Amino acid sequence: MNRPAQGDSVIIAVLALVLAGAMGTFTVFAAEQAVDTNGQLQDPGLQTRFERITKDLRCLVCQNESIADSNADLAVDLRQQVREMLVAGKSDDSIFDFMTNRYGEFVRFNPPVEPKTLLIWGAPFMMLVLGGVIVYRVVRHRSRMSLDDGPASGP
Amino acid sequence: MWKFLLPFAAFVGLVVLFAFGLNPSRDIHALPSPLIGKPAPAFALTDVLDPSRAVSNAALNGQVYVLNVWATWCVPCREEHEALLAISRQHVVPIIGLNWKDQRERAKQWLEQLGNPYQAVAFDADGRTAIEWGVYGAPETYLVDRQGRVIFKFISPMTQQIWDREFLPRIAAARRGGA
Repeated sequence: MNRPAQGDSVIIAVLALVLAGAMGTFTVFAAEQAVDTNGQLQDPGLQTRFERITKDLRCLVCQNESIADSNADLAVDLRQQVREMLVAGKSDDSIFDFMTNRYGEFVRFNPPVEPKTLLIWGAPFMMLVLGGVIVYRVVRHRSRMSLDDGPASGP
Repeated sequence: MWKFLLPFAAFVGLVVLFAFGLNPSRDIHALPSPLIGKPAPAFALTDVLDPSRAVSNAALNGQVYVLNVWATWCVPCREEHEALLAISRQHVVPIIGLNWKDQRERAKQWLEQLGNPYQAVAFDADGRTAIEWGVYGAPETYLVDRQGRVIFKFISPMTQQIWDREFLPRIAAARRGGA
């Protein structure tokens, strides 16, 4: 043991944290909003909701884009659908229900936390805890080693 | 003991994960339709070939039928057209077309030139009916049972093999089932 044990564990800890972070908050920075030829909604409150809802709905033609970002025909139609439902006074939940009833949970970028989506939401935290346990064990192991078999007993 | 068991368990876990995740026959773009087992969304549209003729799935209640979503702008739809014609000649179940976001004249022309496998072709110009059915790409083919429930959805061009393998057994089962 020539290198100080502490250095290794710091590197491992950093790697574990980076990994956990990458898994937890994998964010795709999407291109700017698609050009929407239908214009803004009259009511600014509705427009804000419209933007938030369409950002959370996946365009199923180009699966990594939201319907807010996509210019695919289907995205244009679905935006129109959302717009009309908002004007008709539908709640956000009923709009999301409308979409998931037809296209499945996959249509939502932020699926609600419920028993069947628990794994998706819980996995990053599980990774973090797992990484933490591993780091803790390695650090404890190494620090004990450096105490027990110090320079005197080392090879 | 743990020193051996833990990595081994992790290894087995990874093998299971990869066997599922890297399976080449699994289509990662395939989405299970939430419509399966649910009542087919009702539609009442006009026929592509005759605007004065109504096409609705209410008229088909009590029958097992197939709904095929297509459009003239859809290249794979042309690819499956021959197979659909052959299947329609076998007269197993009525095949209803859903012409999705298309132009009537073009759709007419397509059917006149390539042949018409459909008993009726609903004209869904604004795509509303397609949204109700959860259509996200043509061609898509749905199978509806006698009670009017969607029992199967197939995305991709139809072929005779797929028809024989995926549709015929389900049609037979649907006929045996609901009397």
